[in-house]
Amino acid sequence: MFKRLNVALALLLVAGMVLAACGPAPFECTDAIGCVDIAPDEPIHIAYMLTVSGATAYLGEDSRGAIEIAIDDRGGELLGHPIQLSGEDTLCSAEGGQTAATKVAADPTIVGIIGTNCSSEATAAMPTISAAGLVMLSPSNTAPALTLEGETWQPGYFRIAHTDLFQGSVAAEFAYNELGARTAATIHDGSPYADQLQQVFAGRFQELGGTITFQGAVNVGDTDMRTVLTSVAADSPEVLYFPIFEPEGPFIVAQSSEIAGLENTTLMGADGLLSDSFPENSGPNVVGMYLSGPYVSGAAYDDFLAKWSAKFGGAPPSGFHAFAYDGTNILLDAIEKVATVDDDGTVHIGRQALRDAIAGLTDYTGLTGRLDCSDDDYSAFGITNPSHGDCATGEALGIFELTQAEVDGNWPPPVVYTP
Amino acid sequence: MLKRFIDRFSWVDLFLRAFQVIVIILIFVGIYNTVVAGRYSSAQWATLVFAGLAQGSIYALIALGYTLVYGILLMINFAHGEVYMAGAFTAVFLAEYLYAIGLLDANPVLGIIAMILLAASVSTIIAILLERIAYRPLRNAPRLVPLITAIGASFALQYTFRGLYGAEFRAYPPVNALRGPVNVFGFDVPLVQLVVLAAAIILMIALYLFVERTKMGKAMRAVSEDKDVARLMGVDIDKIIVTTFAIGGALAGIAGVFNGLFRPQGVYFFMGFFPGLKAFTAAVLGGIGNLPGAMIGGLLLGVIESVFPNLILEGLGIPSANQLRDAFAFIMLVLILIFRPQGIFGERLAEKKA
Repeated sequence: MFKRLNVALALLLVAGMVLAACGPAPFECTDAIGCVDIAPDEPIHIAYMLTVSGATAYLGEDSRGAIEIAIDDRGGELLGHPIQLSGEDTLCSAEGGQTAATKVAADPTIVGIIGTNCSSEATAAMPTISAAGLVMLSPSNTAPALTLEGETWQPGYFRIAHTDLFQGSVAAEFAYNELGARTAATIHDGSPYADQLQQVFAGRFQELGGTITFQGAVNVGDTDMRTVLTSVAADSPEVLYFPIFEPEGPFIVAQSSEIAGLENTTLMGADGLLSDSFPENSGPNVVGMYLSGPYVSGAAYDDFLAKWSAKFGGAPPSGFHAFAYDGTNILLDAIEKVATVDDDGTVHIGRQALRDAIAGLTDYTGLTGRLDCSDDDYSAFGITNPSHGDCATGEALGIFELTQAEVDGNWPPPVVYTP
Repeated sequence: MLKRFIDRFSWVDLFLRAFQVIVIILIFVGIYNTVVAGRYSSAQWATLVFAGLAQGSIYALIALGYTLVYGILLMINFAHGEVYMAGAFTAVFLAEYLYAIGLLDANPVLGIIAMILLAASVSTIIAILLERIAYRPLRNAPRLVPLITAIGASFALQYTFRGLYGAEFRAYPPVNALRGPVNVFGFDVPLVQLVVLAAAIILMIALYLFVERTKMGKAMRAVSEDKDVARLMGVDIDKIIVTTFAIGGALAGIAGVFNGLFRPQGVYFFMGFFPGLKAFTAAVLGGIGNLPGAMIGGLLLGVIESVFPNLILEGLGIPSANQLRDAFAFIMLVLILIFRPQGIFGERLAEKKA
């Protein structure tokens, strides 16, 4: 009985060797952190990790729509394989980012990720994503620490959105040079995004010669801002910069008019509040307020907006879609570049090779201007850590002014300043 | 004499007394430092006080619901915050509609009354359903059981409303008629805060008269004293309990609309959780089961939250005082419970009730 089985096994072995010798040389993965192999009938699988529900859903929907358009632009195919897009909701919180990362990392078919929206999500998600050998390109993370080695940077992380080192500086320069402000106060909400952004703003504003009168914080979930606004009003600063989110931002705007001492204070927010619901939710005080944020223009962008309007109707709900579009294209281009295709259509993608290909991109022109994903040097901002994976060059930034038209439903608001 | 003192001496009492003194000294040092530093003008303090009173009257209206139910059933209805959310969340859609057709500008009184009616009816219905479905079958169960059920009901309501209306933040439209400042003792106060405060006080007085002067109120007090004896006297217990929940629900719904007028932003499915917790704190602060206690407790908590972080914490050199506001409110609760466990107005509960 056993003897017969042994003979059968031996025959099979010999047959296998003969067949192998006759066929093409099998692909051998030499990549340092492994390969993704995609059989001829399987799709190329990319994932998004975006905040597609809850109060910050406008960010996630904005990015997701752009990813879908980028995939449509290629006819939904890459290297003869259909592109499959799956997604996880990251809820704009560290916990949400961690949960989504665990799910995505558990799926070996996923090649790369577009995400996350909120910096807190990326901070929590990246260790898991990086350990799984994945690449992640963020359309809207802006916290500086995310690309700084020795802070929260992890291999495999790239971002298309500008770091807040740019945004905070542009906002401070606008406040000092254009508004002529010499005193400013800042409020953050404890998130890495808001805290680091107000810090950059305060630093640049002081460097220009201004005075920071107050740097405070509110809790996420606070509804009564009068206490903190009264603290701000004690020094009657000319500018109040609060780069936070909804609904805390609208609470500050709405309650600011009640506080004595804030009559001559100009309110300034950042891209976290750059959503079409913000002016309406904040009410009449929003008129005359400024928001810093991504600003994209040009014929290619108009073309993109036309596609958006045709596919989803209306305009994108936030300001990061162009970054998501560029990020998706960079990822798909890089996959195309590093993939090895067998004769039968099987695709092999080296994970380290994919990382290197994106990091090697130095002169990519996208909707958001020139992108350079190689290492950066931020010593001009007083930062000595090496920076990796920052693709934006700071070209696509602007300051928006909110007027009565925005309260009545106009979106996006007019741009009054670009660096 | 000395022997008697030594016999009655207890380390716990000494510790509590010392603690009391330290707390009072800290409060006075904080106030003194802040006043001497003079960072804030009197107009700014007035803003905080009046905003605190308006916020407090919203707490008080919700707290009445807690206290009414506790008085009758000796249970904490932890889903009451969601009853408040239900009214506020539903009325926001009516408010948007009324604003869109211009009624809120043309006839604000009519508009606000319509909003109040809608919010109060929705909250009342939710409260009655809550009693019928979640609490009545458990009325004779051990006391922990309805408490756990209340937490479950709370989640169920939150996510029902999330499913119904979505998870986005909404905002009440501005009511221009209520925006203008009114001069009170030389300070400019937004009219809306005074309206909310006045309306809440009127409602509270009406409720007090209802409980003290009407036949139904008398029946409620009888049930609260002793359910079994009340039943023997011919009081329909179920009817009284449903009425109690309905009144509490209506007040919570009205509080939801007032909140929308006073602070229009941030209407969403989770909005009931924190005000519910704060109102519960207010009810305990005033003495749970005691109606004037809930009113005073609510107003006091609103002012404490609004004024004290800047007044005391800043004077003690504690940074980012405003972030500690919630912690401060709950510390006040702990202090009250240490020094006066029955609350400001509460009587010591008999063994049966406690």
